[in-house]
Amino acid sequence: MTDPAAPAEEAATVAAAVAGTATTIEVAAANPLRDPRDKRLPRVAGPCVMVLFGVTGDLAKRKLLPAIYDLGNRGLLPPGFSLVGFARRDWKDQDFARLTHDAVKANARTPFREEVWKQLAEGIHFVPGEFSDDGAFDALAMALKEIDQTRGTGGNYAFYLSVPPKFFPAVVKQLKRTGLADAPEGSWRRVVIEKPFGHDLKSAHELNEITNEAFPESSIFRIDHYLGKETVQNIMALRFANNLYEPIWNRSYVDHVQITMAEDIGLAGRAGYYDGIGAARDVIQNHLLQLLALVGMEDPTSFEASSLRREKEKVLKAVRLPADLKNNTARGKYAAGWQGGEKVVGYLEEEGIPADSTTETYAAIKLEIANRRWAGVPFYLRTGKRLGRRVTEVAVVFQRAPHLPFSKDDTEILGQNALVIRVQPDEGITVRFGSKVPGTAMEVRDVSMDFAYGESFMESSPEAYERLLLDVMIGDPPLFPHQREVELSWKILDPIEEFWATQGQPEDYPAGSWGPPSADEMMARDGRVWRRL
Amino acid sequence: MTTFMLTDTTAGKISAQLMHLRHQMGAPAIGMVLTLVVICDERDQYDSLRAATEAAREHPSRILVVISREADEANRLDAELRIGESTPGEVVVLRLYGELTEHADSVVSPLLLPDTPVVAWWPGAAPQVPAKDPIGALAQRRITDAKAVHDGIKELAILAKGYAPGDTDLSWARLTPWRSLLAAAFDQPVGKLKKGVVEATAGHPSAPLLAAWLTERLGAPVKVADSAGPGLTSVRLSLADGELSVSRSDARLATLSRPGQPDRNVALARRTTAELLAEELRRLDSDEIYEAAVKRLAKSYKG
Repeated sequence: MTDPAAPAEEAATVAAAVAGTATTIEVAAANPLRDPRDKRLPRVAGPCVMVLFGVTGDLAKRKLLPAIYDLGNRGLLPPGFSLVGFARRDWKDQDFARLTHDAVKANARTPFREEVWKQLAEGIHFVPGEFSDDGAFDALAMALKEIDQTRGTGGNYAFYLSVPPKFFPAVVKQLKRTGLADAPEGSWRRVVIEKPFGHDLKSAHELNEITNEAFPESSIFRIDHYLGKETVQNIMALRFANNLYEPIWNRSYVDHVQITMAEDIGLAGRAGYYDGIGAARDVIQNHLLQLLALVGMEDPTSFEASSLRREKEKVLKAVRLPADLKNNTARGKYAAGWQGGEKVVGYLEEEGIPADSTTETYAAIKLEIANRRWAGVPFYLRTGKRLGRRVTEVAVVFQRAPHLPFSKDDTEILGQNALVIRVQPDEGITVRFGSKVPGTAMEVRDVSMDFAYGESFMESSPEAYERLLLDVMIGDPPLFPHQREVELSWKILDPIEEFWATQGQPEDYPAGSWGPPSADEMMARDGRVWRRL
Repeated sequence: MTTFMLTDTTAGKISAQLMHLRHQMGAPAIGMVLTLVVICDERDQYDSLRAATEAAREHPSRILVVISREADEANRLDAELRIGESTPGEVVVLRLYGELTEHADSVVSPLLLPDTPVVAWWPGAAPQVPAKDPIGALAQRRITDAKAVHDGIKELAILAKGYAPGDTDLSWARLTPWRSLLAAAFDQPVGKLKKGVVEATAGHPSAPLLAAWLTERLGAPVKVADSAGPGLTSVRLSLADGELSVSRSDARLATLSRPGQPDRNVALARRTTAELLAEELRRLDSDEIYEAAVKRLAKSYKG
């Protein structure tokens, strides 16, 4: 740095010089100590600071803070990594450190080790303030500049907005005003946002405008934690690393696809957010449509973000809604009942829910994908709260064999072949097929062949948030949905929501059951049934 | 846990008994991903098996422990079968007597899981050419541990001469956190290396291996010096603009220093044998980086 720098740029140049420049793919590639053949060396993030807004929230305590510790424990955090908390609390650094410590002890996946905690604790800072308070953000900017000096983080900041979307405009505006959103040469600034990405196409668009004012699209990381799950990433491995499945992964062999996310819990304290949103916006728009995209897409030319997103967008664009929405969608709300041996109240009796609420807690829809691979193959998506048990899965159900050279009685109880990707819990893959029942008679019955992750791989595979936080720090975007995907998903869901808005109250279903009768009728009309989970 | 003893038996009987025990427990098929053959002495048996069972929690395996007993006794094979809570897989401890000690492969080979990788591990003394060893020849991956023998550095030099793709040594796995930290430090541009030094307790085989790797990758001489330990204590690299160093004196927390930047602490704890073994089992393809490092070590070794 021998050139005299202009005063305005000076601060930035100093910060950059302190830490060298940011880790970029190019610098890492030129690193003489790295070699693609050296697979023992993990991907480690470059020096950076993570600024967490909403540190006292449930997500921070349950997932984010423990995930950061787990990354440290696996040796994946850079030396000098610093964590800055920002919240409306009259706290000092050590108060935030204590909160982090407790969250780590309670929820981390890996064992607690003193030296890892020491490394993390040295970098913990807290800035108190409100989102409307200019002074607090000036203090944040000062604190970050100081951290660059003392910890060598080189002006690389990731801002994690773990706050309700109504606060986004205020935070983003402040980040812009204080210049924190603008990365000086050789460093980066990224913003991480959580779902919901709006509640319809229009609001999603507005939300994006706000974020875009301060951050370019390439710096925005939208977290859909489902995409961080090993089982979801394995959908791509299953489809594109094997030769066994892809030849039959099309309309010639597949009868239909069922994608389910069932929860056994009720509102769990989210009444304020949930009412008026409902199951479809909460789950189908993001998680289930992302699963649909991964199951339905063509093979990407590579696993780079742009190629992967292009294929997902193509399939989302090809999604068609049924003409008759009344008969091809279903929605319900749970009534009082017994769930897993516990007596639970109905949705309308939940605290904070107005008695005339028309929000659905169960939604099922039928979609088609209008392309050569999938024409005529329905994709059934369903999600609900207070269902029988907690399970998320993708079931590809195959057509029956065109001819059965057995007598009708022999195959009476033979179902359809199915390949089930169990996303959670009990992650794995099940293949269901017919097999002869041992004995002198030829009787064929369904059996399952199981692959369980826990059985063949690591006992403690990384948590979804670990993977995603690491990807944010490294700047690796394939597992984050692009704004175009978000908008395409709303385009699919908006007409359904508009139709539902004209239909009054959703149908009741008893808590602990598998949804309203209309969902079963919708399948019955097509001559199919929901998988019993 | 079910333990079952078979004395004066054969591989066929062991197989049948394993199958029988599995059926009895109601779990005839499980997803074991590999066979791990542990070749050790009676006195290493307990610790090695413990480490192997722990590693098997990450990589469910059939673990075969091969113990050669008195060669001058009558030929006999004793087996101890363990299935149950301590491991998701199966453990068979084989004790060989008499002439059979020379033909362990005839017992091991029928007990290997079909169509899955085989890993051989010598927790103590290892053959000079692991790939030519009868059991080593059955395995795709052969793991030795130079630190377990008296002169570990000499051991590595010998192993380098007999190297075949698939060989690795736990003294290499012990270096992964160090190498990872150094690689992360080099993710930011650093100047050209002039010279360097790795400090460790005298005779620690990992030290010259790390020095050899750094020399190989950075193209400048990196020496080894003795320190009070424990284990590896520091790496100092002289660069054009100053010194980049990682130092660790308590075997847990290290300090990273580099020119023009504040010192930073990083967790860098020594790892247990089970963790090292689990790392080895994660990748079963040959480790070419290790090959280059250990061969360089052997070239500069003056024994």
